[in-house]
Amino acid sequence: MGIRVVITGYGIVSSIGMNADEVLGSLLEEVSGIGEITRFDTIHKGKLPLAEVKRSNAELLELSGLKDKRKYSRTSLLGIAAASQAAGMAGIKPNQSLRTGLISANTVGGMDRTEDFYPLFLENQSRGRLSEVATHDCGESTERIAQFLDIRDFITTISTACSSSANAIMLGSEMIKAGLIDRVIAGGADAVTRFTLNGFNTLMILDKNGCRPFDEERAGLTIGEGAAFLVLESEELAIREGRKIAGFLSGYGNANDAYHQTASSPDGIGAGLAMAKALEMGGIVPARISYINVHGTGTQNNDLSEGIAVQRLFGGEVPPFSSTKSYTGHTLGAAGAIEAVISLLSIQHSCVFPNLGWATPMKELYIRPVTTLLRNTDVEHVLSNSFGFGGNNSSLVLSKYNSR
Amino acid sequence: MAYINGIGIISPQNTLPGSDFLEPVVEHTSEFMKSLEPVYKLYIDPMASRRLSRLIKMGISSAKMCMQDAGLEVPDAIITGTGLGSVEDTEKILGELTIEEKFLNPTPFIQSTYNTISSQIAINLKCHEYNSTYVHRCFSLESGLIDALLQIEEGSALNVLTGGIDEMTLNHLTIIRRLGLWKLEPVRNLDLWSSALPGALAGEGAAYFNISKERNEKTYARLEAVETLYKPASTGQTAEAVLRFVSEHGLRPEDVDLVMMGNNGYDEHDRICNEVMMQALPSASRMLYKHLCGEYHTVSGFALFVAATILRKQFIPSSLLTIPIPPGKLETILIHNHFRNTDHSFILVRR
Repeated sequence: MGIRVVITGYGIVSSIGMNADEVLGSLLEEVSGIGEITRFDTIHKGKLPLAEVKRSNAELLELSGLKDKRKYSRTSLLGIAAASQAAGMAGIKPNQSLRTGLISANTVGGMDRTEDFYPLFLENQSRGRLSEVATHDCGESTERIAQFLDIRDFITTISTACSSSANAIMLGSEMIKAGLIDRVIAGGADAVTRFTLNGFNTLMILDKNGCRPFDEERAGLTIGEGAAFLVLESEELAIREGRKIAGFLSGYGNANDAYHQTASSPDGIGAGLAMAKALEMGGIVPARISYINVHGTGTQNNDLSEGIAVQRLFGGEVPPFSSTKSYTGHTLGAAGAIEAVISLLSIQHSCVFPNLGWATPMKELYIRPVTTLLRNTDVEHVLSNSFGFGGNNSSLVLSKYNSR
Repeated sequence: MAYINGIGIISPQNTLPGSDFLEPVVEHTSEFMKSLEPVYKLYIDPMASRRLSRLIKMGISSAKMCMQDAGLEVPDAIITGTGLGSVEDTEKILGELTIEEKFLNPTPFIQSTYNTISSQIAINLKCHEYNSTYVHRCFSLESGLIDALLQIEEGSALNVLTGGIDEMTLNHLTIIRRLGLWKLEPVRNLDLWSSALPGALAGEGAAYFNISKERNEKTYARLEAVETLYKPASTGQTAEAVLRFVSEHGLRPEDVDLVMMGNNGYDEHDRICNEVMMQALPSASRMLYKHLCGEYHTVSGFALFVAATILRKQFIPSSLLTIPIPPGKLETILIHNHFRNTDHSFILVRR
């Protein structure tokens, strides 16, 4: 067998908690992070919900001991908080001889600050604070995180819509297997912005009641924000360094629907391919998957397409599945990594978290999500799906660690 | 290591299919160096094309040119690098948001999403395989090339379509000019190196490459390796990284025949490029090329097209300022680029 890539650290910041313990608490107590808009002024306030991280930028700065607020987009602040937790858990320190990389993902970079810059700029092209637009591009937040953690050996940024951070985790694993790097902090961060909220609203896929994945009456997604990162390294290195291993990444697959820019294909071809590739790489037959953390956005289109692909792949033996977006909202570029951390929590705490807000089965599907917390259930392999606009579909398989 | 078996490139120069290698040279005197766009209906259904913004059309077209050049229908993976994605669409939404959060048009939002280019290429080529997009400044194209090489070396792909693409707009140029580094007024591109006005000239372009496991009759050159270097502590450390990179691939410093320099006309930027190569590869010939395509995040795509074509043709057009002209056969070219001395990249191309 080839090199096994293990997870030795993880960090998470989301609307349901500022670290893994808080997130686990909310998941167990079935407390959703979806609520009213408070972060910015918008005509959608009181009409559309969001899953906001319950900290202001000033509080996030303080949390990480940062001073100069002009330097940091909210995406950077969320990313720094989550990546530091992951690095701390794995014992990553600057100036170690190991080659450490950072692969981050997001969908709108520092758009929160570009939005502040733009109105003044449009009025008069010599106006608008430049510090507000210097954080615009997607790579900027990655460099802020890298500077904070003093990561120098490799950095890059991925943006494949809602599957972005799943692809960051995949690239990290590939680089470790190829020996290009020893350890990687991989994941993603995204802040909610007026840009994103209004953009999704034009597509008429935001549920004003909050998302209800896999429910017959579902009416769209709820945008969330957050960040999560995993520390990946080879099993051999982790053992040599005496690290605690939280789980391992046994497979992954990336495929494209090649159907439509925003709609998933009716038969879920890309989704099916991504899942099948992930299982194949892990050498795992479908029956051995203990839990599927589905993409489950709550849109008509995604849940139907994903559900059909799941039924096709798993046949009559579909494992327990749920969409935890009913807790965290759809955190876009961070979703793949946030759900990877939730999958690890499921493995470590032997439970399957319920799909909140579900009441009625979809008439096109014979499967239905888990709606009550399953405790004391052995979770060996979790399939985590991240499917995005542009047909960018990625699946990860996270597995319980046992030395071989 | 892999082979470059096809190229599709839209640039401010004559690089469309059927043109001579950078002949005749195109002069630009306006605010930025705009790409010479193809007749899009050759590549995109006119009905579909009407709704697509300029960047997306450039992406699909250059990707298709590349596949035609390679004589292939469907790749095993599609990877795009873009520093900023569709700037035009992003500006449209930001402009609309400034007025009112109502009656917004969904199309610019969809197209502003960075992965739209790769996914539109997938739809156009009916490719269900691996699909990704890198969005890290001047590491965008380079990260895609690293990913492509990984996939080929690990055996998960035989041929990968990967490229870099960025566009410039007048609004965006106004903003970046205020941030410094850029010429504040238009300068004729061919006068870039002699102009008294400080700063770089802005450009744009799209370049896709067919990166393959096997050499064939279409092969331009060998893509030996790609490396990125983040935040070097000093010029000396950057020079050391160049030497290590070259030697890791079995080469001595004197084996590098030609370096495509990252110089763009901004003094501080150029000083770093010059010092690094002076220390690392003093005997190699140096080539300046950014007067032809301008500066942008994925400019290495233009450079890689030039390097691969030179190696195949064994000919350097005079518009590429090269000192001295390498005497013998050209075997090895190194492309160096950097962004604010923070993000350095190296691409090694061999015959």
